[in-house]
Amino acid sequence: MSVETGARDPRRDPEALLRHVEAVERAERRGQLKIFLGYASGVGKSFKLFDEGRRRHARGEDVVVAAAQPDSPPDVLQAIAGLDVIPTLTVAGVPVIDVAAILARRPRVCLVDGLAYDNPPGSRHAKRFEDIEELLASGISVLTSVNLEYIAEQQEFVRSVLGTTKTETVPQEFIDRADEVVVVDAPTDGAGISAPQLSLLRQRALLLTADVVDRQLEAYLRLNGIESAWGTQERILVCMTPRANAAKMLASGRRNADRFHGELRAIYVTQENLTPEDRLALARNITLARAQQAQVETLEGRDPIRTILAYARAHGITQIFVGHNLRRTWRSRLGGTPLDRLIRDAEGIDVRVFPQ
Amino acid sequence: VTPDRQDARRGRLKVFLGYAAGVGKTYQMLTEAQDLRRQGVDVVVGYFEPHGRRETIALTEGLESVPRRTIEYRGSRFEEMDTDAILARHPQVAVVDEFAHTNVPGSERLKRWEDVHVLLDAGIDVLTTVNVQHLESLNDQIWSSTGIRVRETIPDWVLKQADEVVMIDLTPRALLNRLERGVVYPTERARRALENFFKEPTLVALRELAMRQAAHAIETRLPEETAEWSDLAAPEAERERVLLVLTANPSSAALIRRGRGVADYLRAECLAVYVSKSADLGHLPPAERDALERHLNFARALQIETRILQGGHVAETIVNFARLNGVTQIFVTRQKSSALRAWFASAFVQRLVTLARDMQVTVVADRSARRERNGA
Repeated sequence: MSVETGARDPRRDPEALLRHVEAVERAERRGQLKIFLGYASGVGKSFKLFDEGRRRHARGEDVVVAAAQPDSPPDVLQAIAGLDVIPTLTVAGVPVIDVAAILARRPRVCLVDGLAYDNPPGSRHAKRFEDIEELLASGISVLTSVNLEYIAEQQEFVRSVLGTTKTETVPQEFIDRADEVVVVDAPTDGAGISAPQLSLLRQRALLLTADVVDRQLEAYLRLNGIESAWGTQERILVCMTPRANAAKMLASGRRNADRFHGELRAIYVTQENLTPEDRLALARNITLARAQQAQVETLEGRDPIRTILAYARAHGITQIFVGHNLRRTWRSRLGGTPLDRLIRDAEGIDVRVFPQ
Repeated sequence: VTPDRQDARRGRLKVFLGYAAGVGKTYQMLTEAQDLRRQGVDVVVGYFEPHGRRETIALTEGLESVPRRTIEYRGSRFEEMDTDAILARHPQVAVVDEFAHTNVPGSERLKRWEDVHVLLDAGIDVLTTVNVQHLESLNDQIWSSTGIRVRETIPDWVLKQADEVVMIDLTPRALLNRLERGVVYPTERARRALENFFKEPTLVALRELAMRQAAHAIETRLPEETAEWSDLAAPEAERERVLLVLTANPSSAALIRRGRGVADYLRAECLAVYVSKSADLGHLPPAERDALERHLNFARALQIETRILQGGHVAETIVNFARLNGVTQIFVTRQKSSALRAWFASAFVQRLVTLARDMQVTVVADRSARRERNGA
């Protein structure tokens, strides 16, 4: 069975295996990064962070505090009390973590409360997350904390909810690369933020963390050669043909993906002997799919149904959207009804048939 | 206590949602109970499961507990929450661990969540704990991926009705460490737990599901005016109505769970029908009738309106009903018990699709089949 879907079996791909081995070796040398993500101030991220530091210290790990927030509440101060502190340097009134002192001290774990700081000009790095990057690279693990509103890619959302944005931000990619992300979902009165605003921020923080977790799960399953079967996130696949009413399927796919906070993909399996009109229609459909922010791919495969299903399995699809006229499109060549086969063989995946 | 205006108010339900034993749900709940007590709120522990965890037990100190009641069943004695005693005590807030617990036979109510509803009806606020895998809509998904059929389930609407759902997060790695150190369970039980439910990818997946459920719970509570600027307010024309086509086939249970779940996310109404040759189910063989009754009851328990339609031509009857009731999506199962059945099912779907020109037809996945193939 050879199906060209672009998905590779990591067990049989020496390059992927090598990359994996290298990644593992790198991970062994690198420190571990753990981020406590909150949706607003006052949810207790700092306490969680220092409390974990305190517990690790109690279990014999070498833990130091590299940065705490000014005016920490009593429970935080109590958690910090028994820990070594490497004070921040104050440069132009800004607290900067003392990377050189930490590297000289070489602790196992370093606590940095507050991730999104810009360092003043002339500092070792322009951003605090770059300081952390250097600590990680030198093998020191870091526990740190950040609020949703300080993530660069979330600024548009934050503006829509709060009407303001932050200038000192951390790229989403830094969060994505963390070994562990913990969402701190405790209630807060939110100092001047209304309950609905807090709800929206909470929801976004949970979904953002869920996406990070989903990518970690996917990576794990892929590495272990396990077919992605959990379906923790809804993933919709729209199958386009030249004559399908793709506009309706794509619009519905977009709406459904949004409601599920899921993913939308659209594929086309190439066919021979397309008429010029078909080609035009197909180009139009692909444009439509891009406009709906679907991930669009064109696949090759002699057996379209098998190609669609192989792609769906490789990408953890939970729902396949097809047009009713799928029957007509491929029947002549295969002498059966492709829709039947798709429904019969799409084990574990819902098939939604659209009228055309 | 004379019923005054305060008693007419329904209690508030707050749920501490987790993804496994040991993530700290009960710990967090008791911490909050202690905070309330310090603020002068009248809090009692209605039910608490210590599991021998020292740090958690310490948190009950100073909190009044309502003694449990003992129920005899088949010569053994079981302890359950004493709902009547809590009602008589009538605190402002009751702490009730393990929301999804099934009561021992002989108890007044089948499920603990039903006891909690009695407390809420009496105006008592309740703090409770539950793990995401107990949600009915996730039952098949969890079965297909772990091989574990969770028996103690709660209908999703029960969680949806909670006033507040808070996600208690701990990373799987931290949880596994706690388990290995014997914090969660005494060691022998820990070893067995590690072998079954507590595999890292399983925990990662459950954790993700819990986050998505907590996010979903927030979304369903957003006020309408907020909904508008978060893209939730769909125009009336886009409102979906989902129709589930039930049969006596066991796959109907998965159809009901999935259909209900999809309808919830789409904020759609959900209906279920069975097409019968005669007005009642009397003509069916007893086993088939029982299965069908079970499915209809199950659908109703998940707050799905059910109907038995009479008609000879199944597909025609369904599509006519769907059209009259403004249905936008029809959900059917895929039955694969035999080649002949599969052929009929496929012919039925084709017929439905041909007739329902103005609707979408979804063939719901047979997730158990996938599980067998994976052989896990």
